Amino acid sequence: MSSERTESTDVVVIGSGFGGAIAAYHLAAGGARVVVLERGPWLTADEFDHDFLLGKSFTRVFDFTVGDGMSVLSGNCVGGGSVVYFATMPRAPEFTFERRGSTGKRMWPASITRAALDPWYDRVSQALPVTRQSWDKIPYSGGLWAAACDHAGRTANAAPSAVDVSMCTNCNWMYAGCKFDAKRSLLLNYLPGALEHGAEIRPLHEVQQLTRNDDGGYRVHYRVVDEEDYRVLHDSGEIDAKIVILAAGTAATPVILQRSEATLGPMPYAVGRYFSGNGERLNTVLFDEDKIRDVLGLTRADGVPYEAYQIGRGPVVACWDKLDGGLPEFERYSLEQLYFPPGLGTILAQVPGEPSPSWFGVAKKEMMRTWKSWLTIFTMSEDDNEGVFGPPPETGAATRFSQQMLGHNSLQYKPTANTRRGWELSDADVKDIVERDGLGRSAPWTNDLVGAYTVHPLASCRIGDDPETSALDDRHELRGHPGIFVTDGSAVPGALTVNPALTISALAERAMSGIVQAARERGVAVRYVGGLPTGVRTSQKPVSISA
Amino acid sequence: MPPAPPGPDEARTMTLEAFADTILPGEKRHPDDPAIAGVSEGGGAVAAGAVELLEHPSGGFADSLGSLMFMLNMHAGQYASENALQLDPALPAFVALPYEHRAALVTRLTATGHAEKAMWVGLAMFATMAFDAAAHLSTTDALAAGHPGLTLMGYAAPEPDGVWRFAQFSYGRQLAKPHPNTTATGSPA
Repeated sequence: MSSERTESTDVVVIGSGFGGAIAAYHLAAGGARVVVLERGPWLTADEFDHDFLLGKSFTRVFDFTVGDGMSVLSGNCVGGGSVVYFATMPRAPEFTFERRGSTGKRMWPASITRAALDPWYDRVSQALPVTRQSWDKIPYSGGLWAAACDHAGRTANAAPSAVDVSMCTNCNWMYAGCKFDAKRSLLLNYLPGALEHGAEIRPLHEVQQLTRNDDGGYRVHYRVVDEEDYRVLHDSGEIDAKIVILAAGTAATPVILQRSEATLGPMPYAVGRYFSGNGERLNTVLFDEDKIRDVLGLTRADGVPYEAYQIGRGPVVACWDKLDGGLPEFERYSLEQLYFPPGLGTILAQVPGEPSPSWFGVAKKEMMRTWKSWLTIFTMSEDDNEGVFGPPPETGAATRFSQQMLGHNSLQYKPTANTRRGWELSDADVKDIVERDGLGRSAPWTNDLVGAYTVHPLASCRIGDDPETSALDDRHELRGHPGIFVTDGSAVPGALTVNPALTISALAERAMSGIVQAARERGVAVRYVGGLPTGVRTSQKPVSISA
Repeated sequence: MPPAPPGPDEARTMTLEAFADTILPGEKRHPDDPAIAGVSEGGGAVAAGAVELLEHPSGGFADSLGSLMFMLNMHAGQYASENALQLDPALPAFVALPYEHRAALVTRLTATGHAEKAMWVGLAMFATMAFDAAAHLSTTDALAAGHPGLTLMGYAAPEPDGVWRFAQFSYGRQLAKPHPNTTATGSPA
């Protein structure tokens, strides 16, 4: 299975999501030779489908991996999470950077605070761009959540977003890739910027492990993934690089390092530990249409009060009342209105008021008759970093079950009392808001089937000042393995209480000048330019790829 | 003369249907429909295409359905013994169980700690996906054909070009006060 020749480049970037794309752009713009290896396919707007049929873009670009106590949804395509996410982009509140968790030590490096990160947030916000949202364009579901919060004496914010609302059709298919290029994914900014500067992106290239070369550089070993059946791996290959940027995603980066331990030598203790599910939790609310009209005073132009769960662009309105640094740790969370599409999560919704188990059966089917009047409320709280990855599978980050999307990973997650307290408080808070005056009825999703559930996995290879509890220093370099940098969600120290994509991106932006300096010290002719990608309107692949 | 017992393929399909019907039940297709318990009006997971989805080659279950249904009937026989239930010997054991006992057995098989939990949860997930997403069909075709799950949910149809767009989508006004500590960028402080 060995290749006939080993290629060589300056930098290999593993993964093309936020952490990988930002690194690829800056290193290429600075003059380095950059190869990006992405395990998933490369799709553009014309290939994103509005279709639940297996094999359409919905299953091609998404991974859903089930562990023991935690399931992870993540991107699996060029552009990574930016292609499948809902593009809600708040900054993390100041208090999250001061978190201590259960270790009793500040989780974040001393050099990083909200104020220190704000300039980097600004840069990413400019590049994508991220914009404030106006209420006159907030979809019905966000309006309903705002009105319910207001009725309960709460505040609610239209959250910053990376969607160009002027181009958005509110189709709510953005998890399958935005076919209108209204969502400002990395296909429209950092990745075309990297390509313009000579970076090469290779889709369907899954990195398996790293080995060290005599010159202090690294050899990156990959397999080519079948374009239809991801369970099938084809050719193998190797690329030598002076530095490696690992940004394969929180559920994959530590697995690659675990598999590399036999040849690279011992990994920091925190590799594959301290995983956080961002404290995520979901409640389904069944609203009473008459009460929406009579109590909240809401009606659509067609006279219907709501019946609009399907309409919109994911989460747009959030209640931040519990993002209060004066509250005890593990009791702070945001409550964000969400659309969870058919096909993955419906089975986990429980029937309000029914005895457990209510995830299946007659009452569950009856609940689905009211689907148009549903609203999902998404909790992002402070979990306890209790996730641990077990031994890596033979290849890849998970053992694939279906041709695409479904697999099993080695993650173990047993929520502690701290994590469960946050969930219980938020469940009660949702109920308090939505059940006033009979507006609706809520019930949390069950954790009994596939464990807890996160769309924002974090912290499995985290930065920090304490070598005992962090895998990376504050420059994102892997402790004990100079020249390997990690810039994806796995580097974030812990749960953020909000959507993390902007924070992951800001950290990557912040790390780049240091990574460029490290590359220079390793003989790469590169400089830190500090520019930002211009941005394009249409996602495109180079002709040589699409031909 | 009593009807001949089902052959292996028919027994497998009946058992699969009975399992899917336990997850999201539907109405009997004809009066003598043993697989479907008939505890809910309208089509359920079976009418939605659960068997077709589970047999879809890309799903991952197709090759193991025979052995899984064998195991399910074995569990059902054991469950019947424990509960002193008399089962119709002409039917696969799970199919012969009344709905409440099918549900009790599914609860047992999908409970935390059951050695085969992952498989039974996976089957249940596919049965649900057949109903709420018609993942074995083009969504546009499924809607046009009156797919029972998407229709029951009220899933809106696309525009004539097969693409979803919602021209009307907003109440068009501010409906809550923002958090007082919101920063100039629109984020929490």
